[in-house]
Amino acid sequence: MTTTHPSAYPAAKTDRAFSLRKVLLTIGVIFVVVFSLAPILWQVLTSIKVNADIAAIPNVYFPRQFTLQHYIEIFNRRPFLNYMLNSFFVAATSTLLCLALGTPAAYALARLRVPGERFILALVLIVTLFPYILLFIGLLEIVRATGLANNYLALIIPYTAINIPLTILVMRSFFQQLPRDLEDSAKVDGYNTWQMLVRILLPLTTPALVTTGILAFIAAWNEFIFALTFITRESMKTIPVAVAQISGTAVFEIPYGALAAATVVGTLPLVILVLLFQRRIVQGLTAGAVKG
Amino acid sequence: MAKLELRHLNKTYSPKVIPVKDLSLDVDNDEFVTLLGPSGCGKSTTLRMIAGLEQPTRGDIVIGDKKVTYAAPGDRNIAMVFQSYALYPHMTVYDNLASGLKLRKMHSEEIRRRIAEVSGFLGLDSLMERKPGQLSGGQRQRVALGRALVRQPEVFLLDEPLSNLDALLREQVRAELKQIFESLHTPVVYVTHDQTEAMTLSSKVAVLNDGYLQQLDPPRRIYTHPANRFVAGFIGSPQMNLLDLNCDRGAAVLGDYRIPLPTGATPPARITLGIRPEHVELANSDVNGDTQTVQGKVILMENLGMSNLVSIRIRGAENVTLRALIPSDRTWREEMITLALPSEHIHWFDVETGERLFSEPLQIPTAHPQTQRLDIRST
Ligand SMILES: Nc1ncnc2c1ncn2[C@@H]1O[C@H](COP(=O)(O)OP(=O)(O)OP(=O)(O)O)[C@@H](O)[C@H]1O
Ligand SMILES: [Mg+2]
Repeated sequence: MTTTHPSAYPAAKTDRAFSLRKVLLTIGVIFVVVFSLAPILWQVLTSIKVNADIAAIPNVYFPRQFTLQHYIEIFNRRPFLNYMLNSFFVAATSTLLCLALGTPAAYALARLRVPGERFILALVLIVTLFPYILLFIGLLEIVRATGLANNYLALIIPYTAINIPLTILVMRSFFQQLPRDLEDSAKVDGYNTWQMLVRILLPLTTPALVTTGILAFIAAWNEFIFALTFITRESMKTIPVAVAQISGTAVFEIPYGALAAATVVGTLPLVILVLLFQRRIVQGLTAGAVKG
Repeated sequence: MAKLELRHLNKTYSPKVIPVKDLSLDVDNDEFVTLLGPSGCGKSTTLRMIAGLEQPTRGDIVIGDKKVTYAAPGDRNIAMVFQSYALYPHMTVYDNLASGLKLRKMHSEEIRRRIAEVSGFLGLDSLMERKPGQLSGGQRQRVALGRALVRQPEVFLLDEPLSNLDALLREQVRAELKQIFESLHTPVVYVTHDQTEAMTLSSKVAVLNDGYLQQLDPPRRIYTHPANRFVAGFIGSPQMNLLDLNCDRGAAVLGDYRIPLPTGATPPARITLGIRPEHVELANSDVNGDTQTVQGKVILMENLGMSNLVSIRIRGAENVTLRALIPSDRTWREEMITLALPSEHIHWFDVETGERLFSEPLQIPTAHPQTQRLDIRST
């Protein structure tokens, strides 16, 4: 700090450019957040308004009176806890199956010399592009023929099958970016392929496992058509079906409050799940494997 | 302790990519063999075949009396240090060292004893609970080395283990490696493309090129008696002068000068003369009478600190450049310079095959009529 800075003007200019960028960025962020969170916020607010406020015209945006009435209703008058447990069981089982089957397949496709590897990959990719609604009619016949209706297997198996291609693709690219020397070194140390996968590679791919796991879980948790058709017994229904039924039961008066409460309740587990695993999704676990 | 033998190894990836064509090599107990060669000559491939990470297309690998050509890496009792170290990032240093031993169902007491011994020796004691990500490059290198040492394998394999260290550390670790492996009496195969490493560490250097073993000899002999033109040019820095010359009546013609060939040989029509820059001397009065000297014009001088690398154009041979390494304290005034080519340092190679000619002992005819002293001449 002995001499004065000769270029005060350009410095000020870059400063201004910088702050303009910052402002634009902030506006962008706010826009995206509002855009994606507004519907959820609306649902949350609606779920704690009294019926009079919900129906009021002009709109009452912020509840004048808080109530838990709608929540009490869905849990007391309807077995919502039960629905949630059903959903959780189906989604969790299919997610675990998906990872358990997809991960070894992904490893084989990434590193072992599988004959017809390219063909298999192309197939997997095509399956992800396939509109799954088209499978629906066929699956319905299969469910009928095998007598799987009102059996959770009728949901778990299709959910697993639908999510496996994604798991394979994501995990494969993760395995590929792990340093190859690591596996060679494990082989020299005496690990066989299975031990290597479980003890060396999986701990290093936890972020990928968690990420794909969460995606698979969300997909299964939200699935509607199969759940609506294959499960008809009331006590076995899953959340999306149950939520849809709330509006379906009353023709003349739509129970907006209960619907909103059910939506919130149905979304909450996913939010908690993501928050819980957020830290595990953080990258950089491979740091230090090879030279730094 | 075991001995490692490679018999007619061949690795063919595709008809065009054959990094190892026919390689036979024995490495004894006390031997430290370095595979040296230019990039892509198949050093790593060879090492990986010994480790079992790559299957040879043909040939056999024998450790002790066991043929292990197709055995899995884990069944071979070898240890390998990778260029990238390949430490397990999610395990502590201790677990990294222990993992290979645990898999072999070794007693935990024995594991602890071996790790304590090696870690004390490598100075890893204070790092045991850290993960590789929290270590410096040099420390990681030590852990990688430690992981190989605790295994007490029948063969050590090292693939450019020093290439990720800075120059100073490399020198230091090189010296340590030498000490460690000298005390072990286990065959070591070491891959490098750094000549200094090869020269300082090994008991034998295997120079590879084109998928073939070019020469297998102790470092000193590789330097003094390169088996062919490739080895001559590859070993030594600055590179050996290799000049293709015509022959005439028992001498090679270099510009205005005649370099006598060893007697008793039938001289070919053309021949390659090799002499290292460090063996080309500035001629002065104490060069004795029979030493061949040549005179030329200095076209380039590069200062290497301890010495100058001088390129000269030899009189009468406009397209031939000879490089000489001349100590910095030796100076000359004129543009023309007289250099001595001591006959005991001249190597001869076949122009066609590149093979060394007139091997051992080099005989130079005395009082050859064409040998003449030339004085520094001003221009
Ligand atoms: N899996 C593979 N498939 C096809 N070609 C390969 C494979 N692995 C190596 N090669 C080829 O074999 C040749 C030798 O490779 P190698 O790794 O043994 O070289 P190197 O001597 O270790 O070189 P460097 O000093 O650069 O490490 C190279 O031309 C390489 O492209
Ligand atoms: Mg290599």
